[in-house]
Amino acid sequence: MTKWAKRLVPGCALAFLLPAAQAVEFNQVQIPKSSLAFVSKQMNVPVEGQFKSFRSKIAFDPAKPAAAKAELEIDMASIDAGSKDANDEVATKAWFNTQAFPTARFVASSVKALGGNRYEVAGKMSIKGTTRDLATPVTVRLDGGSAIIDGSLVIKRADYAIGDGMWADFSVVANEIQIKFHLVATASPAAAK
Amino acid sequence: MRINPDHPHRVDNGYTGIAISLHWLIALAIVGSFSLGLYMHELPLSPQKLKLYSWHKWAGVTIFLFVALRLGWRLFHRPPELPATMPDWQRKVAAATHVLLYVLMFAVPLSGWLMSSAKGFQTVWFGVLPLPDFLNKSETLGDTLQQVHMLLNFSMAALVLAHVGAALKHYFIDRDDILRRMIPLLGKRQTSGVVK
Repeated sequence: MTKWAKRLVPGCALAFLLPAAQAVEFNQVQIPKSSLAFVSKQMNVPVEGQFKSFRSKIAFDPAKPAAAKAELEIDMASIDAGSKDANDEVATKAWFNTQAFPTARFVASSVKALGGNRYEVAGKMSIKGTTRDLATPVTVRLDGGSAIIDGSLVIKRADYAIGDGMWADFSVVANEIQIKFHLVATASPAAAK
Repeated sequence: MRINPDHPHRVDNGYTGIAISLHWLIALAIVGSFSLGLYMHELPLSPQKLKLYSWHKWAGVTIFLFVALRLGWRLFHRPPELPATMPDWQRKVAAATHVLLYVLMFAVPLSGWLMSSAKGFQTVWFGVLPLPDFLNKSETLGDTLQQVHMLLNFSMAALVLAHVGAALKHYFIDRDDILRRMIPLLGKRQTSGVVK
C-alpha cells in the first residue's frame, strides 16, 4: 500500500461512519453478490459445495446492532454437493429428504456487538424438520454503500439427522460441516434518507 | 556416479534383492489397484465407494513413489544382460516394452491425480498428506481426464500381459534365465533347463 493510499483508507472509513451515524439501515440483500457455501470432509478430504438459490431478509443499522434482524431461507434442491452423484444422493431421505423438506431456514433472534466490526448472531436453524439453536460470529464491513456480511460456523450434521443409516459413519463423511456465508446488503433508497 | 560391476548389492549377474522386491511389490499393487478401479467405478454412491476411491488413490500415490524408487535404483544398478541367444528384434521389443511400462507406471497415477483434481476431489495420501491441486474444478476436463486415465490403464494392462507372456515364453519355450532371475525361488537353471 502506498503512503497515499494509507492516508486515504481511514478517510474513507470515516466517510462511511458519518452516514452510519444517521441511521442507515442495510436491508436489501443482493443475492447475485452473495453466496452460501459449505465444506464437508469425506475420508478427511475437504469437499466444497454450495447452495445456489436462497433468499435473505436483513435489517442492519450499524448504530443499533442489537435491533438487527436477519432471516435466511435456502432451497435445498439448489445444492451443489461437489458432483452429480452427490447431488442426487443428498436429496434422498437419508440426507435432506428434499421432497418433504424443500427449504431450510435460519431466523436470528439476537445480535450482539462484540466490538469492532464483529458481531454474534444467535437464532434458530431449521433443517429437515429439526430446529436447533445456533450462534455464529459475523463480521460486517461497510464498503461503498454496501454492508458486506461474512461468517463461518460449523454445524454437526447428526444434529439434523442429515446422512442417516449407512452414512452415519463419521469416518467416511465427517459429522462437522463448515458453513461459510457471504451476504452483500445495500440500504434501500427510502431507508437511506 | 559410475556403475560398479562389483557392487555389493549385486547378486551374481542377477537382479539385486531390492530390485526384485520392488518389482513384485509394484506388480502386486498395480494388479490390485487396477482391479479395484475396474470394480469401484460402477458402484452406486455409498460410504464403501468413498472408502474404495480413497484407498485406490492412496495406492496410486504409493505405486508412483515405489516406481520412482525402482527407477532410481535401476539407474545405479544395471539390470543383468539379456541371454546371448536372444535375437536382436526381441531385445528391441523388450527394451521398448520396458520403457513404455515405466512411462505408464508414472502416467497412470499422474492422470488419476489430475482427474481427481479436475473433479474437485483433492487427493490426501492416507488421509493425512494433501497433494496439491494443480487443476481447477471443471466437469469437462474431469471427464476428459477420466477417459485418459482409462485409456492409459488399458494400455498398461495390454503391456503387462505382453510382459507376462514374454516371461512365460522365456521360461517354458526358450528355457532361459529371464524369469528365474526375477523369481529366485525357481532356483538356478538346471542342466536340463527345467525345474522339477
